[in-house]
Amino acid sequence: MALVELRSVSKIYHLGGEEIRALDDVSLDIHEGEFISIIGPSGSGKSTLMHILGCLDSPTHGTIQLDGRMIQDASTRELAAIRNRKIGFVFQFFNLLPKLSVLQNVELPMIYSGIATRQRHQRALGALQAVDLANRAKHRPSQLSGGQQQRAAIARALVNDPRIIFADEPTGNLDSHTGEAILALFRRLSREGRTIVLVTHDPEIAAVTPRRIEIRDGKIAEKVDLTLAGLDRPPAPAVLAP
Amino acid sequence: MRSAPTPAQAPAATVPLAHGSIDLWMTVGVGLREIWAHKFRSLLTMLGIILGVSSLVAMSALVKGMEVGAKEALIAVGGLQKVRVEPQELPVEQRHLQEQAVGITINDVYALQASAPLVKRISPEIRIPATASANGKNFRTFMCLGVWPVALELTEHVIAHGRMFNELDDEMARSVCVIGTGTRNELWGSPEEVGREIVPLGETLYVNGLPFTIVGMFPHYESEQERKARELARQQAALQSTNAPAATGPARDRGRGRRGSNFAFWIKNATIYMPLNTAYMKFRSGITYSGFRGSSSGEGNIGDPRLSSLELKIHSVDRLAESLQQIRNVLMTTHRGIEDFSFRTQEEWAENINAFIRNARRSGGLIAGISLLVGGIGIMNIMLASISERVREIGIRKSVGAATADIFIQILVESVFIAMLGGLAGLLTSVALVRLISSFSPTENAPIITVLALSVAFGFSVLVGVLAGLFPAVKAARLNPIQALRYE
Repeated sequence: MALVELRSVSKIYHLGGEEIRALDDVSLDIHEGEFISIIGPSGSGKSTLMHILGCLDSPTHGTIQLDGRMIQDASTRELAAIRNRKIGFVFQFFNLLPKLSVLQNVELPMIYSGIATRQRHQRALGALQAVDLANRAKHRPSQLSGGQQQRAAIARALVNDPRIIFADEPTGNLDSHTGEAILALFRRLSREGRTIVLVTHDPEIAAVTPRRIEIRDGKIAEKVDLTLAGLDRPPAPAVLAP
Repeated sequence: MRSAPTPAQAPAATVPLAHGSIDLWMTVGVGLREIWAHKFRSLLTMLGIILGVSSLVAMSALVKGMEVGAKEALIAVGGLQKVRVEPQELPVEQRHLQEQAVGITINDVYALQASAPLVKRISPEIRIPATASANGKNFRTFMCLGVWPVALELTEHVIAHGRMFNELDDEMARSVCVIGTGTRNELWGSPEEVGREIVPLGETLYVNGLPFTIVGMFPHYESEQERKARELARQQAALQSTNAPAATGPARDRGRGRRGSNFAFWIKNATIYMPLNTAYMKFRSGITYSGFRGSSSGEGNIGDPRLSSLELKIHSVDRLAESLQQIRNVLMTTHRGIEDFSFRTQEEWAENINAFIRNARRSGGLIAGISLLVGGIGIMNIMLASISERVREIGIRKSVGAATADIFIQILVESVFIAMLGGLAGLLTSVALVRLISSFSPTENAPIITVLALSVAFGFSVLVGVLAGLFPAVKAARLNPIQALRYE
């Protein structure tokens, strides 16, 4: 059973009487440990897809199963809990809270899962160590460089040990050198067994992932690059749903 | 192999989806930091609450002070148990019986003593318009009364010097009298003016030209307020005598014009009491029968001595209506059905005091309520501004798993916290304010801050915080996370 199973998912907006199909009958499986990129030009529906996969939004039609649980009809409260425990987000603009220290930012998801202060502290430090940022724990986000901020954001995404990580244009706001480093970090996390979904408009970035899902006008087309799948583990089963 | 940055965790399948409740202290911490980050703005926001709370407390303290002062005066005139029977003009339908009206006589006193068990004490009174002269001075007393010795209890008098005249003095119609300090002050001078307390026992006092021997004197009755004024004056005098040459001008006027607010006490001091029989024997033609001008003779038309009024004390205030009915029944018999008397109770006065206090409280409460309302609007305004500044923050919090309720609580806690801080500051301000007020006018009734007033005011400030926070909190909690994250 796949980690994420999308079946005939549509998202339809109504804009001034006009029907816009942001997602049109999309079916997709994501397996545990996969490193995937979702690529498409702006307005293609890739953001909508990520929002639905990330439980930030609900589909108009279709079913979604995440980690063995059907979530298309979940309440906002249940969705919040799922986001909290099973999903990590990394954004283009880092989205760290400017008034909190880096450590407090990383602790944030655990506050909402009701974890005790001391444990919260330890785990946040652990997550910062994993992204080589433990020495900046007490700094404010504004005192960090862009790459450091993004690494802090990645630590925050990792800290609750989520089942899947969504990164929305994670290098979009970084220079190419720093962007490379962030992508290298994602590759490393992938090798460590994390399930990562990279959302981008840039084919060059999408090229780092073994499996690429192209979105155009709300429909998907898929490519698998076996050469990038790595030798240390078998290529991910890129099964298109029937 | 997955080297998670976290310690070993339960397998994902068993991770409960039940959402942990947000750490309240953490939320309070976030709120406090938010308040601290905008110190000046928060202070301005709190100002409304501070004003509301402090005016509420100060108002209630002032009213409480007035209430205590009024109760003091009420007790000084004999309390609620006192009933006064006065002559009254006949009702229209009995006008033709005016010739047969007997007026209030000593006979009524005996009848009430015999047949009105709800009445505890009876004191007949003969009131004489009197000019007292002694020591080369004249004074028109407020009250010159012929009474029985029992009047001491009814009028809440005590003897400070000498003795009260007794039954024998009454029986023999002796020319003795007991005076109040007001009378003494006018004729011999007050302690403040003379520098020592004069007790004119044994001196001769002329009442309307007839000589009386003073056998006793009442203490100086005064309100808490007056006592303070006197002490203050003494302190100031002491200060002056040490710092500067003593002022040698004429003594200040201590007449009643200056203290309209303490009329009850002035009345009580400016008195002369003499035995009932003495008054009847010596002044029978000059007795005042207030309100009723029947025959001008000192006798009722059945030959009993006419009285000016009766002072009655009943056993219990709870049975006031019954007691009045009983007195009325007895008097209707002795007056042969002619209603030439009326009752006056202190209840009316007490009612007036209560009404005044109620009004003061109501208007003060309204003002405090309005400023609390304004404070609440201020808080709501700031919270709305604050959440629109923090849309992105709310989006981030939601994306990492904050539920609607978590955001709601966070905003509400911040709002309540501002209100509580404002409330606490208001309580401190109110104490300072009350101190300030009483230092401006140390002789007025001292404002009394009650714990109840403090807690009610604080409770209101918290309530205002909750109410003002509700709408912004709902608004923030309902933000769509996707739109909130995109918000610039």
